[in-house]
Amino acid sequence: MQYLWRTPGSRTAPEEASPIGPPPLEIRGLTVAYHRRPVLWNVDYAAPPGGLIAVVGPNGAGKSTLIKACLGLVPSVSGTVEVFGRPIARQRRLIGYVPQRESVDWDFPVSALDVVAMGRYGKIGWFRPVTRAHKEAALHALERVGMADFAKRQIGQLSGGQQQRVFLARALAQEAQLYFMDEPFAGVDAATERAVLQVLRDLDAAGRTVICVHHDLQTVSDYFDHALLLNTRVVAQGPVARVMTPDLLSRTYGGRPMPAPAAAAEEAEAS
Amino acid sequence: MIDSMFDEALRILTFRSGFNSAVVVAGTAALGLAGGTVGTFLLLRRRALVSDALSHATLPGIAVAFLVGAALGLPERSLPLLLAGAVASGVVGLLTVQALTRFTRLTEDSAIGAVLSVFFGLGVVLLSVIQNLELGGQAGLKTFILGQTAAMAQGEAIAIGLLAAGAALAVALLFKELRVLAFDPGFAAVQGWPVGALDLVLMGLATLVTVIGLQTVGLILVVALLIIPPAAARFWTDRLPALTVAAAVIGALSGWLGATLSALLPKLPAGAVIVLVAGGFFLLSFLFAPARGLVAAALRQGRLRLTFAERRALTDLLDGRPVEGSVALWLRLRGYIRDGALTPAGQTAAQAAARDRRLWERFLADYPALLPAHANWGVDPIDSVLPGDMVRLLEERSAPS
Repeated sequence: MQYLWRTPGSRTAPEEASPIGPPPLEIRGLTVAYHRRPVLWNVDYAAPPGGLIAVVGPNGAGKSTLIKACLGLVPSVSGTVEVFGRPIARQRRLIGYVPQRESVDWDFPVSALDVVAMGRYGKIGWFRPVTRAHKEAALHALERVGMADFAKRQIGQLSGGQQQRVFLARALAQEAQLYFMDEPFAGVDAATERAVLQVLRDLDAAGRTVICVHHDLQTVSDYFDHALLLNTRVVAQGPVARVMTPDLLSRTYGGRPMPAPAAAAEEAEAS
Repeated sequence: MIDSMFDEALRILTFRSGFNSAVVVAGTAALGLAGGTVGTFLLLRRRALVSDALSHATLPGIAVAFLVGAALGLPERSLPLLLAGAVASGVVGLLTVQALTRFTRLTEDSAIGAVLSVFFGLGVVLLSVIQNLELGGQAGLKTFILGQTAAMAQGEAIAIGLLAAGAALAVALLFKELRVLAFDPGFAAVQGWPVGALDLVLMGLATLVTVIGLQTVGLILVVALLIIPPAAARFWTDRLPALTVAAAVIGALSGWLGATLSALLPKLPAGAVIVLVAGGFFLLSFLFAPARGLVAAALRQGRLRLTFAERRALTDLLDGRPVEGSVALWLRLRGYIRDGALTPAGQTAAQAAARDRRLWERFLADYPALLPAHANWGVDPIDSVLPGDMVRLLEERSAPS
């Protein structure tokens, strides 16, 4: 699939990527099944560089699974995922990740700064301790989400929104080119929502690509440039103005997805 | 009698009662240290019970190894062979737990329960069979179940000490890797850390501690050395480096005191004594740790209620409502009221309490989402919780018009 995109502006491109090079993320034929039930079906997608992309769809549509399958956290039945033209396993340094807040134990004995410093571990390498320079980078990332005052606080003593910002700061500390975020706006307070949005815009301005599972249809068009409408299959993709239409949304949310006849026959066989 | 026992205890504790017992005590302390260090990450990775299945699953391996040794015509029980058997069947038990969890619908705790009891049962049966054979040295096998420091030879104690130090060193080297593994394995995987291999290393270290602890503590209780020290240490600190060190210290102290006690009381199983000492540390921590202990929590709760009652009574008095009972007595003791009326000091305190209440109510009405999670709203003085500009904003908004 070919995609014409704007030339990245101030982006510091990775060595591999020329101005119009391979897309930040290219998914081909990705299928994931849990206990024989398909969760993702033959997903093809190429992300435009330097955009804010929302992954939108109803509960159980496979939005989080899409991110996790791209990152190799859940096994896929078939399909390939490439980041800047190479298999994702070889591009770990270029990837930042914000998991769902509920995915960890917040009683864990670490401070906010400790968690953000984890974003630097990939750069530090085996066996070496976290140096002062990396701690400063982590503190800077905390500043960017307005959490510098809470650096020493044990993470369980933070509010939900503050915890979300700590996760975001950890991803910033990764200094990645391509970010995957799983519901960073879910259940946060207004201050956190503003902070997350500001970070997304900063990343966009710096030419980074952000792929973000998003549940709030009201804000998709305000916050994001592109959307991927997902309900097991890709229903639509493209600039928000083109895909956030009543017709496409009702096809995404209206009960079962409407697969093409051939795919429907295959799906019936598979289940 | 008591005096001589005390002297003996003092000599053992200070490593002066002969080289052999000093080595045994030091070896057991090293075992406790390794248990606390490795156990910290096992606990945080939620693998503590898996290692219980592992230790119980060592028994059939020990029995089979003993039979193999007898069949090969070894004169007496050979410790390396027995421990090799223990490792082998422990690993088989571990893999069984993993296979059951992965390929069936059993949850991990059921799989652990099943493997633990079946393997242990098999081991007990094999031991009974061995008892009825005409072989030498089988009496010593029983010590693997409940442990016995006296059975430890000098060379063994030194080997235990070295291996334990190695395990603690491995944790120190992999500190950052194990931290991210235990906190957020998904993130660790995305960053490229080999999560499966790190888990394997962690379980390998747990296996090492288990196997070197078999003789001293026994396979039933060795898991306690992995769980209790970090669980006790958790009451003292919120920082992982401090937690690891505290768990290592508690483990080492338990091993040291426990081995001493069991040297004095050779009739008692050493493992049980060591574990009870560790349990004592846990109880002390649970009750008296400063931030998370039970007593501290009760005191905090009591102080909270008292402050709340006091502030409420003060504002009531300010509004002209009478205050009676124990609260009135308390206010009199604090010098806030005399003859049922506010003193000047009481007047000041009441004004402050009323202002705090007004601002807190304004804050909760206008900015409920901004409430810091650690604040006791309505009780903590608002100036100590919220930034100054927020307090000024609230002052403006709540000013009587």
